[in-house]
Amino acid sequence: MNKNVLLYAVIIIFGLAAPFVFPAFKVQLSILCVLIVLATTWNIQGGEMGYNTFGNILFYGLGMYLCASVQVGMFFPLAEWTESGGEKTFVHTPTQFFQGMAAGLVVAAVVPTIVAGLIGYAILGLRGHYFAICTLGLGVAAGEISGGIEIIGAGQGFTTPPFPNVGGLEARGEFFYFLSFGALVLTFIAVRAIYSTRFRLILNAIRDNEDKAEAMGIETMKYKIIGWMVSAFFCGLAGGIMGGLVGYIDSTDVAFDGREMGVFMVLMAILGGKGTLWGPVIGATAFHIFKEGFWTFFLGWQYVALGVLIVVIVIYFPEGIMGWLREKYPERFGEVVDEADRKAQVELK
Amino acid sequence: MVFQYPMITVQACLDGILLGILFALIAYGMALQWGVMNIINIAQGDLVILGGYIAYFMYLYGIHPAWGVIVSPIIMYFVGVGIYKLVINKVVDRDLFISILATFGISILFMQLMNFAFGADVVLANSGYGTTFLFDSAVVLPNSKIFSAFVSIVFAICLVIYMKKSKLGRAIRATAQNARAAKILGVDTEKVYAATFGLNAALCGVAGALISITFTIHPYMGLPYTIRSFMIVIVAGLGNLPGVAMSGMGLGVFEEFADYILGTEFRIGSVFLLLVLILVYRRFKLSRKREYLK
Repeated sequence: MNKNVLLYAVIIIFGLAAPFVFPAFKVQLSILCVLIVLATTWNIQGGEMGYNTFGNILFYGLGMYLCASVQVGMFFPLAEWTESGGEKTFVHTPTQFFQGMAAGLVVAAVVPTIVAGLIGYAILGLRGHYFAICTLGLGVAAGEISGGIEIIGAGQGFTTPPFPNVGGLEARGEFFYFLSFGALVLTFIAVRAIYSTRFRLILNAIRDNEDKAEAMGIETMKYKIIGWMVSAFFCGLAGGIMGGLVGYIDSTDVAFDGREMGVFMVLMAILGGKGTLWGPVIGATAFHIFKEGFWTFFLGWQYVALGVLIVVIVIYFPEGIMGWLREKYPERFGEVVDEADRKAQVELK
Repeated sequence: MVFQYPMITVQACLDGILLGILFALIAYGMALQWGVMNIINIAQGDLVILGGYIAYFMYLYGIHPAWGVIVSPIIMYFVGVGIYKLVINKVVDRDLFISILATFGISILFMQLMNFAFGADVVLANSGYGTTFLFDSAVVLPNSKIFSAFVSIVFAICLVIYMKKSKLGRAIRATAQNARAAKILGVDTEKVYAATFGLNAALCGVAGALISITFTIHPYMGLPYTIRSFMIVIVAGLGNLPGVAMSGMGLGVFEEFADYILGTEFRIGSVFLLLVLILVYRRFKLSRKREYLK
């Protein structure tokens, strides 16, 4: 236990000091935080519950649009804002910007949660590949439809409010870094708390055999929806932050980007190890470092590299880094088994 | 609108049916590999687009693109077998999600390679077949659409006869029923799988060549074709060929109407939404009997 406290302390201190130690990488570190949030929340479905989804991108994109819309709409007419495009006729004062951002993030987290509850009731009754394809369809449909809605910019995109001129040149990067780092810490604490309760066991039971879980008297539907809603909450939050960070929202290339972000979150969780707490964190970090380190070498060939990477990871490395570590060093990373409990089980057989 | 302008309705229905026959051809390939190998191929649509580019290049080099209907499946057969040998044979007996994700990777790969090789322009191969006018030229049908529907039907019939009569067809059907038993009785299932995937790719090649004549092709247009064929298969069920044809036409008509009523920008979106609605409908219908889609 002491080791763990030390580990968390080191991570927190590193996280707080990072923007001042590596000022050039602030944006990259913020994106890394968002990626970890997305991978961790995907893991609730894909890893723990066994419901492989491509649809979490829906909440991410929804959060992105909602946050920006609220931030603009609280003070100015939304339609005129999007119509003016890049040329800004309205300027947020610092107070307006931060108030709008706070309200926007709340909305961006809450509305996707409700949406997840409603959609979840409809589609979580599907299983396996039907669920996967259905969520894939939802993500693409959301992108196509939002690309046709005028008030949020339709095809030409939506520029989020620029950061107000306060606190010097570095302020924007630091603000978004701490925002995303805060979201990351919040997500990790929440997910860790969830995983230490009976809820995780129920999710695992659903993954291992849903019919049996139901026969044992677990209301599987209820727990599936709750798990999906937890995911949606943090996905929406991450989306809202990312929208502000990127500064520009496009329906299919930024918000509902199933081809990039939607696949990334699946890939990161699988790379790190499905169904573990630390797997997605490690996977996202490794993936992001790989991506940022090597993407420039593949100039123009990124998607080819991504396709090859997906195939290789899925076919040759489905257990992920955590799974590999568990196999290699079971005494350090393996499941903790109570010795007496294990003996009792063996004797029973 | 449907009753105010009856000619538009007729036009949309005819367009939809001709289009739907093409979709049904792609969906038949999907059903084939799903039934035999138990994999879902997200790269299906990209195989279609690749087949289309083969016909388009024949057109660029001065050969009539209709010959693509013959050439494209032959090339695509070998592409399909190649993909099988490289990737698919490692995912055949594993979890379905693994196959979905692996083929998703292939799909992204193909999309980008085609983008490099052929450019990001929307292209079409001009067949020069002219148009047919019906009902005092109130309904306009390009002859290429009629040609493509006709070719699709011919290919579908050939394939059905081939599956019924030939030795390989019998082996494929046996493997679909029970792979292990087929193996015991001397069927080389590995070869059967490769041939099935090759056949599927060849079907995609035919469909792609026809699409390049009748509609347009673009490297990123693959995914909607995958979703359409998946939708047709789940509505019709595996191995139900008349059902595949019917639901293909139904989908075609739906799309044409969505195009007219909602506008072209919502066309693809409405296809994807329809998929979600169909799945949700079936889920609620089955959950009354405490069952689920298998």
